[in-house]
Parts: sequence; C-alpha cells; structure tokens
Amino acid sequence: MDIQLEHFDKSIQQDISIEPKDWMPDAYRKTLIRQIGQHAHSEVVGMLPEGNWITRAPSLKRKAVLLAKVQDEAGHGLYLYSAAETLGADRDDMMDKLIAGKMKYSSIFNYPTLTWADVAAIGWLVDGAAIVNQVALCRTSYGPYARAMVRICKEESFHQRQGFEAMMMLANGTPEQKQMAQDAVNRFWWPALMMFGPSDDHSPNSAQSMAWKIKRFSNDELRQKFVDNTVPQVLQIGLQVPDPDIRFNEETGHYEFGEINWDEFYAVLKGQGPCNHERIEARRKAWEGGKWVRDAAAVFAQKQARKKVA
Amino acid sequence: MENKNNWSLYEVFVRSKQGLSHRHVGSLRAPDDEIALQNARDVYTRRNEGISIWVVKSELITSSQPDEKSEFFDPSLDKVYRHPTFYHIPDGIEHM
Repeated sequence: MDIQLEHFDKSIQQDISIEPKDWMPDAYRKTLIRQIGQHAHSEVVGMLPEGNWITRAPSLKRKAVLLAKVQDEAGHGLYLYSAAETLGADRDDMMDKLIAGKMKYSSIFNYPTLTWADVAAIGWLVDGAAIVNQVALCRTSYGPYARAMVRICKEESFHQRQGFEAMMMLANGTPEQKQMAQDAVNRFWWPALMMFGPSDDHSPNSAQSMAWKIKRFSNDELRQKFVDNTVPQVLQIGLQVPDPDIRFNEETGHYEFGEINWDEFYAVLKGQGPCNHERIEARRKAWEGGKWVRDAAAVFAQKQARKKVA
Repeated sequence: MENKNNWSLYEVFVRSKQGLSHRHVGSLRAPDDEIALQNARDVYTRRNEGISIWVVKSELITSSQPDEKSEFFDPSLDKVYRHPTFYHIPDGIEHM
C-alpha cells in the first residue's frame, strides 16, 4: 500500500500521466470523478441556453454554425463521460445525480439568453473562458482527462472565433445592433469571470488538486489570464467592459479589475440563479421522457444478439 | 422493464486518410454495434479525421497490468542485438 502511494507520488512528481489501471488514492479518484463528471454535465446543460436560439438564428449561416456548435458540445459531453467512466463512475448514475441536484454543472449556464447577441457572447466570452481553463487542463495528471481536453480545445477554438465574429458583426452594425451587442457583454462579462471559480483563498479543493497536478494553475491566475486576453478584444470592436475599475497596470503588465459579486456566485451555485430550475427541469424531462426509447433500443439489441447466437 | 446501463461501452479506432493503422480515439456508449458505428462517425469524424472506423465492445479487450510492467516488458531491454544500432559497420560502407 505504501509502495503504491510512493509510486503514485513519484509518477505525479515526474509528470508521468496516471492511467485507468494504475493505482491511485481514493480521494484522487473521487475528486476526478467529481470534476470530470461536472465538466461533462456542463457540456450537456450548456446546450440549452444556445439551443434556445437555434430556431431563431438571424441567418441560415449563423443557424448552421450554431447547430454545428451544439453538436460539438454533445460530443464533448460524451468524451468527458467516457473519461469519468475510466475511473469507475457510471454514466446513467451521473445523470441521475445531476437531475437530483447532487452533482453540479458550470454556473454560467444558469443565465438566460435573452437576445441573439447573447449567443455570440457565449461563443466569444464563455467559450473563451472555457478555453483558458481547458488549455491548462491539457497537462492535467490523469491521462484520459488530459486527452479529452486536447480534443475539446481544438473544437472550442472554432466556437470562440465564430462567437467573436458574430459579435463583431453586431458591433459594426446598426446602432440598435451595437446596443444589443453591448447589452450582451454587460450581461455575460461577470458571469464569464465567475466560471473560474472562487478566489484562491476561498477554494477548498484547490490545494490538493494543485498538489496532485489535476490543476496546474490557480483559479485567480486563470481568471487574470482571461481578463488580459479579452479586454483588448472588447475594446478592439468598439465595445466597453462593464467594470468601472478596469485599468491596465503598466508595471505588472496586467489588467486590474473590480471585485466579483461573490454573493451572486454562491447563490447561483446553490441553485438560486435565474435558470437553475428551468435547466434541470429540461434535463429531467428529456431523461425521463426518453426512457422508453432507450429501453426499446436495449431490448432490440438483445433480440438481435439472440438471433446471432441462434 | 428496467434496462438501466444496458448500453455497452465501445472503444473507437479510426484510420485517417494518410494513416497506416487504426488509432484509438476514444469511447462511447451504444445499444448495439450498428448504432455504435453511426455515433462514432458523428462524434469522432466530424472534421475529416478518418476514412475507416472500428468499434469494439470494451469488455472484449484484455490489457496488460500496470504492476507487471517491469517483468512484462523487461525482455526487450536485455536483447539489444535486436536493434540495428548494435552492430558496428566500418566507415565508408554506405547505404546500410
């Protein structure tokens, strides 16, 4: 047992990735199932806010792009559930826990998409934040998770760029379109910053996750990187950052920004955000309503298998 | 009838256009082989990744044990004569 732990610690130190059949501490396994499972749920629940605008996309091109994007999210969910299953988690069981509110998903998807510009804001800001987070996870210590992240990052950069382009079109459009773009940035800026999680001094899982190299950078480091990347993009298309305290610090080379509304963040996490109930309800309806279809497919497969044997 | 978890886990292998062999790209769950193949097509070859797909039920795969690693793979280390670099060829001999 001690030899196993020693071997595990050594692998972590030497950046040798941990693979499904390797021994690992129970707490490492548990925290990964939690993190990967919730990551998978975020992809699945994340289809809802954007899916809300598929039938109302303003042009056939934007509609086709949005469809492709939502299809990608489904695929990302699948990669991640597969990665979680290599740790012994069960996919159906994780879905049950999501619906029962026993597993979380990203706080961002509890915000409504009120206008078309919100879809652009999600692509640009929300997927942009996801990329910063996920690029860092491409070197996470658990092999299957790292490999899923490599695949996902390639596809996310399509999402981010299409979102930015859609937003740029609005920002360069009529005064009404520009206003719509600005409103969407105002609504999604802070929720996007919250995607990086609590600040470092309030992040209970961080220390252990950093020690195990599940996380390679702290929440605040990644959030800072996102702000540094994104503020120039906002300004470049002629929009404003909805933060009176934002300013570039010549000495540090970083943007300084205002305090996040942590009360709002924790309320959303606790299920009291604008759309928490609606999102889970939609998932529950699809899961329960689709049960007979899943059963039919399983029974048909059993019948085919019997035929083959006979 | 309760059919929870009756969808099998499948491993997916894809051979790319220039690729010589099928490469493992991931896994998915499906009720049967046909649907596994269709889903693999949709999920793993959306961007020209390949021209041939294999799906195989994960339960059919036997893999080596990590804790046997040393015993299992050691023999390749003590047979250095299996490698061409083991043999000394004098200078001036070309194309060998």
